[in-house]
Amino acid sequence: MTMIGGLLSPVERFVREFGRITLMFTESVYWGVRRPFKLDYIFKQMEFIGVNSTIVVIITGMFTGMVLALQSYYGFRKFGAEGLVGATVALSMTRELGPVLTSLMVTGRAGSAMAAQLGTMRVTEQIDALTVMALSPIKYLVTPRIIAGFLMLPVLTVVSDFIGVVGGYVVGVKLLGINEGAFIDKMIKYVELNDIYNGLVKSAVFGIILSTVACYKGFYARGGAEGVGKATTEAVVVSSVTILMSDYILTSLMF
Amino acid sequence: MENKAIRIVDLHKSFGAQKVLDGINLEIERGKITVIIGKSGGGKSVLLKHLIGLIKPDSGEIWINDVDITRLKEKELNEVRMRFGMLFQEAALFDSMDVFDNVAFPLREHTRKSEQEIERIVEEKLNQVGLLHFEEKRPAELSGGMKKRVGLARALILDPEMILFDEPTSALDPIISLTILDLIKETQTYLKKTYVVISHDILGMFRIADKVALLSNGTIAEYGTPHEVRQSRKEVTMEFLNATKIPGFSGGEP
Ligand SMILES: Nc1ncnc2c1ncn2[C@@H]1O[C@H](COP(=O)(O)OP(=O)(O)OP(=O)(O)O)[C@@H](O)[C@H]1O
Ligand SMILES: [Mg+2]
Repeated sequence: MTMIGGLLSPVERFVREFGRITLMFTESVYWGVRRPFKLDYIFKQMEFIGVNSTIVVIITGMFTGMVLALQSYYGFRKFGAEGLVGATVALSMTRELGPVLTSLMVTGRAGSAMAAQLGTMRVTEQIDALTVMALSPIKYLVTPRIIAGFLMLPVLTVVSDFIGVVGGYVVGVKLLGINEGAFIDKMIKYVELNDIYNGLVKSAVFGIILSTVACYKGFYARGGAEGVGKATTEAVVVSSVTILMSDYILTSLMF
Repeated sequence: MENKAIRIVDLHKSFGAQKVLDGINLEIERGKITVIIGKSGGGKSVLLKHLIGLIKPDSGEIWINDVDITRLKEKELNEVRMRFGMLFQEAALFDSMDVFDNVAFPLREHTRKSEQEIERIVEEKLNQVGLLHFEEKRPAELSGGMKKRVGLARALILDPEMILFDEPTSALDPIISLTILDLIKETQTYLKKTYVVISHDILGMFRIADKVALLSNGTIAEYGTPHEVRQSRKEVTMEFLNATKIPGFSGGEP
């Protein structure tokens, strides 16, 4: 076993892992469309993601919007286009930074916790206990988390987008003295509903990615507390990297 | 075949290079208590997990009511599992739920009973294991022995046809241990279910067992009634029973 493991190239390992994660996702969709729908489990996970992540998403969104205003003001001032700062902040937030930063923060807060919970359930045989009761652990543990990730990430992204624009407004208009009318007019003129919409689609995909990867890592954790710790770290690293890679792919497809 | 609940045929299982089960043959009788004893790390838990499809064997067959469960798909396996209850060695309680919800869980998921009815059944079971006033505790707030007893209540709650107990009395003090043994014996005598019990507690097990099997070196080295096993002249059996250092258990004497 270890000999074969050593011979497997990283590429092969990546492909195999990708396959197994996809399989778990398919399986959880299969259980998700099958009665009984475990609504209470889904609501509990939505609350869990929300409670865990709202504060950190607000703070991240706020400071991102503020620093965006600062940076773009510095650039635009050189050719007297300070009025475009509002539009720049809003476009960057809705199209890119809102979805991506929110997903990365939720990965750190909720994704790691999901992996740790499922990992603990695995090593203490709670997952086996479900199996023995003829109940699907995927249906009870994985499906609700993936649905919650899919639904909650767009919600949190809207919050992040909004707070980011507010942060940009405070820095741009109140601190740097950009004309309020220009700031808002240009923002409304250049930001289309489609920008917001596409950002939300991205965040929903990221929500699926982070919850699926976290569940996968936790579900197949091995080897006591150490194994759970390893699963948690891997969950955060793998979902963050996957989110950034798929961000490029989705963006190039959509815009 | 009628009176055999489970038939294990030439079961093999290795983890890597380590042979854990090396040709297990065992027929477990219906409506009886079969106790499996053996050294720690000898593969008792692994054997028990095979019986409910948690582990797939490398080779061999496990016949339950004329079906070889080693060949079943997950969905068919679940139909078999519906007839089983299981107590895990470390209880495996859901730590997201309190004691009441843990015990009520199988009822809520598999029956259409009303909440009042569920409450009545759960309280009765918790009373039997002596934990009536701990309903609102979380597993993390319980001692090892208390968890065991909650696990026992959960395993019994649906009155399944067959129950697998992994060390029901480990981590219990002698008095509670006795209560639990009596509870196991009583429910079994009353309900005529098939119980498979793993234990180190040889004395206690000889109280309740109809049949005793000794697992040694990956095979069943000894199988018979407690009386037969006590009288055995086989070296492994005598060595194992001698370790209890209780007169009458060292083989030979009736
Ligand atoms: N999932 C697994 N992967 C690798 N090895 C395992 C696994 N499960 C059990 N083993 C090994 O199989 C052997 C038997 O384990 P098992 O848990 O069945 O022992 P046991 O007889 O129940 O012992 P105890 O009385 O201490 O509970 C052990 O050596 C253990 O290391
Ligand atoms: Mg064991």
